[in-house]
Amino acid sequence: MNVQTQTDTTESTAVKVNDFVIKIGNVNGTGSASANGLLMKSIFRMGVPVVGKNLFPSNIQGLPTWYEIRVSKDGWTARSGNIDLMVAMNLESYEQDLKAVSPGGTLLYDSTWPRPKLHGRDDISVIGVPLAKMTNTEFSNARTRVLMKNMAYVGAVAALTGIDMTVIQSLVEDTFKAKPKLIEPNMKALMLGHDYITEHYSALPLRVEPMDETKDCILIEGNDAAALGCVYAGATFGAWYPITPSTSLMDGFKSHCQALRVDEENGKNNYCIIQAEDELSAIGMVIGANWNGARSFTPTSGPGISLMSEFIGFAYYAEVPLVLFDIQRVGPSTGMPTRTQQGDILLAAYASHGDTKHIILFPADPKECFELSVDAFDAAERYQTPVFVLSDLDIGMNEWMVPRFEWDDSRQPDRGKVLNAEQLEKIDKFYRYLDVDGDGIPYRTIPGEHPKGAFFTRGSGHTKFGGYTEDSAAYQEVLDRILQKWKNSADQLPAPIVNMCGQATKRAIITVGGCAAAVREAISRMAENDLKFDYLRVKAFPFHSDIEAFMENYDEVFVVEQNRDGQLRQLLINETNVPKHKLIPILDYSGMPAGTGLIARMITDYCQAEA
Amino acid sequence: MTSIKKPLVDKHLPRNKQGLTQRDYEGVASTLCAGCGHDSITAAFVRAFHELDLEPHRAAKISGIGCSSKTTAYFLGQSSGINTVHGRMPSVATGAAAVNPDLHYIGVSGDGDSLSIGLGQFAHAIRRNLNMLYVIENNGVYGLTKGQFSASADIGTRAKYGEVNEQTPIDPVRLALTLGASFVARSFSGDKEQLVPLIKAGLMHRGFAVIDVVSPCVTFNDHAGSTKSYAHTYKYYHPVIHADFVPEATEITVDYAEGEAITIPMHNGGDVVLRKTDKSHDPRDRDAAFDLLKNLEGSEIPTGLIYIDESRPDMGEMNNIPETPLNAIDHAKLCPGSDKLKELMEGYA
Repeated sequence: MNVQTQTDTTESTAVKVNDFVIKIGNVNGTGSASANGLLMKSIFRMGVPVVGKNLFPSNIQGLPTWYEIRVSKDGWTARSGNIDLMVAMNLESYEQDLKAVSPGGTLLYDSTWPRPKLHGRDDISVIGVPLAKMTNTEFSNARTRVLMKNMAYVGAVAALTGIDMTVIQSLVEDTFKAKPKLIEPNMKALMLGHDYITEHYSALPLRVEPMDETKDCILIEGNDAAALGCVYAGATFGAWYPITPSTSLMDGFKSHCQALRVDEENGKNNYCIIQAEDELSAIGMVIGANWNGARSFTPTSGPGISLMSEFIGFAYYAEVPLVLFDIQRVGPSTGMPTRTQQGDILLAAYASHGDTKHIILFPADPKECFELSVDAFDAAERYQTPVFVLSDLDIGMNEWMVPRFEWDDSRQPDRGKVLNAEQLEKIDKFYRYLDVDGDGIPYRTIPGEHPKGAFFTRGSGHTKFGGYTEDSAAYQEVLDRILQKWKNSADQLPAPIVNMCGQATKRAIITVGGCAAAVREAISRMAENDLKFDYLRVKAFPFHSDIEAFMENYDEVFVVEQNRDGQLRQLLINETNVPKHKLIPILDYSGMPAGTGLIARMITDYCQAEA
Repeated sequence: MTSIKKPLVDKHLPRNKQGLTQRDYEGVASTLCAGCGHDSITAAFVRAFHELDLEPHRAAKISGIGCSSKTTAYFLGQSSGINTVHGRMPSVATGAAAVNPDLHYIGVSGDGDSLSIGLGQFAHAIRRNLNMLYVIENNGVYGLTKGQFSASADIGTRAKYGEVNEQTPIDPVRLALTLGASFVARSFSGDKEQLVPLIKAGLMHRGFAVIDVVSPCVTFNDHAGSTKSYAHTYKYYHPVIHADFVPEATEITVDYAEGEAITIPMHNGGDVVLRKTDKSHDPRDRDAAFDLLKNLEGSEIPTGLIYIDESRPDMGEMNNIPETPLNAIDHAKLCPGSDKLKELMEGYA
């Protein structure tokens, strides 16, 4: 056995209670995701705020994968930038993992196999646990051994940080409710790791102590939350082509529908999901379903939006409502499919050839994925246009701790201006694109509803009466009305979130989407160093008038986003009257979920260079 | 342009069960070239819908881009229509049919729209057995862009300015058979007596009914050396099976010679009575359909109902969709409500 002695460092004497980071480096395809999820959820069940980030490869088996768990008594949900305990299970990434541990931190490894570079650092503690050896002795099946090794390190980490084993046990029982035979071996593996630590090591200066901060919260992935939003919005049709990281959205919709939408009386599905042959087809299907009056959507990622662009322009010009979920990943091209980015902001804003402008909603966490997906269906039908929900891999595929979702039973879907058979009976003649009310939004009908409601939808030039045209004035009249309709939506869409620092400052930060968690924490950290910022988070495009008014109050506005080109900044410059020089780009396009440390450092460096 | 209304000529035309004349099934005036095969197909649609006594507003016309796709504006002016993007009509039809299977879906496409840019969508709509009538107005040429070969151009066929095609053609009939289409027919725009009953049968078929209609382009592909010209088609045209559509509760009055007629009840109502002109062929036999096409290859153009299978489940059945169209289900039934949400939240805690 190759057990290392725990190094006694002076730093380790300061105990971190409910405020540290555990990172697990593992091999993809070894079932580590469920073990890591169990570890995170047990902390959550102890009432302690926690968040998990899965940093995984585009691979089925074999490449390195990491999982980062941040325990934060203050409820911060971004990556902090530190790693206090590294569980280094993967030989391939071992050197990298060793380097990543923060000074004073700890590295746990599988001491079944000795590692030559163990002594690469003397500022951290190293703990060896013979995980493979123990699980190989206890379990005979090869796959079981691999899975149980993961459970064993969960037990070891629990022992090292004081996670309540009874909480873990009840979670294991919940997890394997349907397969009770698996409870015993999983518990055995957990205890192997746990007992080895208690016998050979003392607990680390990292403690999980019970709190009461999570009872009103849930742990949920944004894609699952958005899927639930689609169910609550009354969507009945979804079409899609599988693409990471959006796939779990349709998986979620399917499983929620199987539970909630199978008709009790006749056993039929009150929903329909079609897996299309490609994204071009997926959006075509969604256009067909919406044209026929059913709320429908397609989830995809950047490459899918590129393919869908022609149809997006069609829906924009022919005024067919539809909802697109773009779960952004790293581009351009195939890019890094399992990494996160906000690189599709400009693409979504102006997707398709010709003059097109779209409505975008920007969720910042899974709760907003739920809420904004419902809002997206309302906006799409109210304005008869494509609406993007611009999420990303970090929000969509990681479990975030958010307040429980709520639903107001009096909420009815806003179907917009749809003439029913009775209304059509009364009118003289129906014209699809006539601006009857002067708000830029014409009336529409559902095909087959009534003979008077029949109309011809086309992406070719058309007059306000719906007929084909190549007449300049008639063409322009329709195109101008569509722009007016889009502009009118700005102040009706979700307003930006504004937090004032409470002191006079000439500096502000604007951000969008999943960056918000890191930005808010960075503002709090920088305040400790006397750097004060007011804050605004954009929730929708076209930009609410409050956004331009907000920017007028400051000399410097830092625009924090996750892409190379400062796409939100470009859009602000393009669509408001803000002077370009005021907007300072703060960009993290590493592909990793936004980190508090990096953002705080970039902004602080800028301010100090100025001073 | 295409919004020009046709003048009302005769108020005393025969009326069908809906009290409508054929004129009520027409659309705006065609803007295609005089003599275009597509206009004959448009006229066949008008006649077929009128004879079927369909309510015009219960039909939905869907098309892509090209001369053929324009024609959906020229018939059924009282139906909703959607002229989509190039090659993507099948996907729009798929979404529309999924949420309201009660309408009659008519897709009009061309050889460029279906066999080049839209080949993928055409193929996958067949695989889903989407319940629609899909008509390919096939002229072997790109007309709107002035005469390029399409993917259905035969080897050796000559373009207007002399170029000879050497690439293998895509035959939509054989392709559809291969992919498992449940209703496969071929016809000719010049033979309304064959085409009109085929359109009716295709509309009443439950599943994907494809009719490949040879429809000569008078401007770019009607010369000597073209295999899609009127002259060539008339010469090699070979009717194999004639399909008569007999509406529900109507007596079959035609006197068929014994052993020559096959009656197939249609899922959506009525019967199709098939008359064999080629005695060896049974259109319910998929292998026989392949053999027929193979045997006549290069010499004659087999037309009529090549293959039919009324037993296959359509897309709606495969997806277990309810009788009430998805677009007509009450929100109260679709939204699980606040109590259910509270319960669901427990599962995430």
